Amino acid sequence: MTTIEKTASAPARQREGDDGTPLLEVRDLHVEFHTRDGVAKAVNGVNYSVHAGETLAVLGESGSGKSVTAQAIMGILDMPPGKIPQGQILFRGEDMLTMSNEERRKIRGRRIAMIFQDALSSLNPVLSVGYQLGEMFRVHQGLSKKAAKAKAIELMDRVRIPAAKERVGDYPHQFSGGMRQRIMIAMALALEPDLIIADEPTTALDVTVQAQVMDLLAELQREYNMGLILITHDLGVVADVADKIAVMYAGRIVETAPVHELYKRPAHPYTQGLLESIPRLDRKGQELYAIKGLPPNLLKIPTGCAFNPRCPKAQDICRTDVPLLEPVTEQDGTPLPGRGSACHFWKETIHG
Amino acid sequence: MPDVTKTKTDTAVDAVAPPTEVATAPAAGPAPKEKSRSLWGDAWYDLRHRPMFWIAAVLLVLLLAIAAFPGLFTSADPRDGDLTNHFLSKPQLTHFFQADWFGYDVQGRSIYARVVYGTRASILVGVGTTVVVTLVGGTLGMLAGYFGGWIDSIISRITDIFFGLPFLLGTMVVLNAFTERKVYVVIGALAFLGWTTITRVMRSSVITAKQADYVVAARALGAGTRRILLRHVLPNALAPTIVVATIALGAYISAEATLSYLGLGLADPTVSWGVDISSAKDAIRDNPHVMLFPAGMLSLTVFAFIMLGDAVRDALDPKLR
Amino acid sequence: MGRYVIRRLLQMIPVFIGTTLLIFLMVHVLPGDPIRAMWGDKAADPAQVEALRHKFGMDKSLPMQYLDYMGNLFQGDFGETFGGRQVIDEMGEAFPVTLRLAAVALAIEMVIGIGLGAWAGLKAGKAVDTGVLIFTLIVISMPVFVLGYLARFVFADELGWLPPNVQDSTNLEQLLLPGFVLGMLSMAYVARLTRTTFAENLRADYMRTALAKGLPRRRIVGVHLLRNSLIPVVTFLGTDVGSLIGGAVVTEGIFNIQGVGNLLFKALGQREGTTIVGTVTVFVLVILLINLLVDLLYAVLDPRIRYA
Repeated sequence: MTTIEKTASAPARQREGDDGTPLLEVRDLHVEFHTRDGVAKAVNGVNYSVHAGETLAVLGESGSGKSVTAQAIMGILDMPPGKIPQGQILFRGEDMLTMSNEERRKIRGRRIAMIFQDALSSLNPVLSVGYQLGEMFRVHQGLSKKAAKAKAIELMDRVRIPAAKERVGDYPHQFSGGMRQRIMIAMALALEPDLIIADEPTTALDVTVQAQVMDLLAELQREYNMGLILITHDLGVVADVADKIAVMYAGRIVETAPVHELYKRPAHPYTQGLLESIPRLDRKGQELYAIKGLPPNLLKIPTGCAFNPRCPKAQDICRTDVPLLEPVTEQDGTPLPGRGSACHFWKETIHG
Repeated sequence: MPDVTKTKTDTAVDAVAPPTEVATAPAAGPAPKEKSRSLWGDAWYDLRHRPMFWIAAVLLVLLLAIAAFPGLFTSADPRDGDLTNHFLSKPQLTHFFQADWFGYDVQGRSIYARVVYGTRASILVGVGTTVVVTLVGGTLGMLAGYFGGWIDSIISRITDIFFGLPFLLGTMVVLNAFTERKVYVVIGALAFLGWTTITRVMRSSVITAKQADYVVAARALGAGTRRILLRHVLPNALAPTIVVATIALGAYISAEATLSYLGLGLADPTVSWGVDISSAKDAIRDNPHVMLFPAGMLSLTVFAFIMLGDAVRDALDPKLR
Repeated sequence: MGRYVIRRLLQMIPVFIGTTLLIFLMVHVLPGDPIRAMWGDKAADPAQVEALRHKFGMDKSLPMQYLDYMGNLFQGDFGETFGGRQVIDEMGEAFPVTLRLAAVALAIEMVIGIGLGAWAGLKAGKAVDTGVLIFTLIVISMPVFVLGYLARFVFADELGWLPPNVQDSTNLEQLLLPGFVLGMLSMAYVARLTRTTFAENLRADYMRTALAKGLPRRRIVGVHLLRNSLIPVVTFLGTDVGSLIGGAVVTEGIFNIQGVGNLLFKALGQREGTTIVGTVTVFVLVILLINLLVDLLYAVLDPRIRYA
């Protein structure tokens, strides 16, 4: 399998130390969960990379392994039942899976931070937001309680929470959903990490607030030149902010592409299905397309291509051979940088 | 194409996805063999895989058998005392199932026989109290929870009042008034102060069940009160009540023994562990066996019931799984 | 907050009146005549019986007796015992003893219970967890008096580590063993409750966040987990005071402690209604006030709860 190359559209700004090695590189990552009913294979050989200042969107349904991959990167998987039997997660070239717990802890929050989907349940309900924000500085930088509180107010200002000074002692439930998500962002941002992983950061929010939060995130990312992994199932969110996309299905990456190319010419039937199931004003009155069937049971993933039972283009080979993520080219063989598809019939799909 | 992507489509992908994600709930993966599991079916599946459940079940079957047919387990008479030959004789631990297996008490009676015959009183008190409490408390709790309003107010206030009295203290006062304390008197006293727990549990679980979507739907479809209560609310509110009742059963047995120990529970000629423990307290220093065996049986019985309640609770409460 | 407290205090009045009425009825309506019982099996002199009845107001109708009693109560008069002592004096001697004993029990309950529960909760599903679970099951299965005799037999009589009787209730060493026995049962419940909330909260989203923030484990458990997990435990400790008081009757008997339990037990033996109603009334008052205190504490621990 190939890794996604840095795309042309990625910003040219680079951090010191970024000599072409990606900020983060995931290599052949496998994650499985040992449950009462058997072994659920959540991630089955994922490869991707992110550079400083770059945004990678990981797209997929629930259960596609996108969040599990992120949790493996953060080192916050529940182990057991989770297990990483195979793979590497390189941060600035160093494999985090072989690091000691203490080394990993020091990276968490300081170098790689994470934003969770549901800010209400992800923030501790009985501690004030000021305390929870200030905690980052107290633990990682050894600041005093007072200094940490001042920093917390500063952070809240940064993510544009009105009346930060007065609200620093408030508790999570006293904020609106959008404000809470801003606090989550502030918390991730606190120590100006190199990489932020945002796991469905706007899913729980109102549509109007979604855009504001997304814009804020994108703006801060630009400002600090951070790498960003944006995990989402929402194709709409992705188009505006991402540089490149990895589409996941049943624990595998099925397609990778620079963002706009994916929308223009998908090279995997699953991606195609996803794009067609977006309601479009110009197709008003027609029946909305839906991918038929259900996502696979991770306890027994179909043989061959995991998507084959739902794929309109499936042939015999799809039921026997697992398609590898192969580079996608133009019809004349001109390489398309950063593009890959794990479909036996990618040519037909993209050019057909 | 960009205009298409601007259309917010957060349901586009998730429309076909199951609600839980593997990452957050790995154990909640799809069931094997596509068999759908109901709450009770799932609980049973879970119970069968718990050793605690089986230990409790075997113990309880044995205890129930002893309670029902004590004559099968000993040929000695529990009331037959022989002071001259057997006063406080030590146990003969190798004489299995013999009259002198557990030794003799201060009145020269076979402790083994008394332990065997005492089982019935304890089990009767425990089961009897639980049945009364569950029927009375459960009904009151259901009425209060389902109808709300003034019915709830009245029942809840009365519950508060009874709940204000410490359980053991209250039963002591009640039993103190009776000179002849038969099993049913003890059951009455325990139930008189014990029903509040069940009422509270039932009330809150009925309120929860009442607000559940399927009950709202049943009402919208025109189902009558009786039908909704018996077919929809009760079965779903029952689980916590059963758990609390099973654990309480053990506690009632323990309470009966405590009361008997204080001289306020069952009394001679009723054969009961509590009575024996009470009469043993003066001899315990030099003859610990006099208390050890009835106390041991008592603890074992309470242990079995509480363990059963525990196992059932764990099985019924998917949150803890 | 102030308004909430006042409202709660007002709500307590009917419950207080109801409970005292209940205990009053239980003592006076149920069969059995305490005056006649004074003579035991001997025949009583009817004139003397009448005189005594009059003296204790028992010749009046029951509602009148209750009203009289409550009226006196609000003037601080708890009535007189058969022996001629003021009930309030007897209680004045006995209550501090029991409160000290209960305090020791509560302390043991909290320290050992929360400690064991937290340990098991953090190791949920492991051998430690099972061990603690079985230990608590055994403790819960053993009636207080069995535990009491066992503890006394082992620690006082056989090993001689602790004194078997309590002569001086201000002596902590003497109170340790009975306090331990009294607190044991609740300790087991506290351990189980703590274990459950720990294990449950361990899976909460905010715990994942705390982990993702790169906090050291000590801080994740000690700050984030503990604060959330202790809320139900504190509630339990509050509502548990009633069972401590009930258990005191047994414990005080075993260790020969001259506390309220003992006072009450003696009064029960003599069917001495005034003392029974008096002590139970004070108990109920104490329990109601503690419940209020717990609710207020609850609001301090959990900012989501606001009383208006």
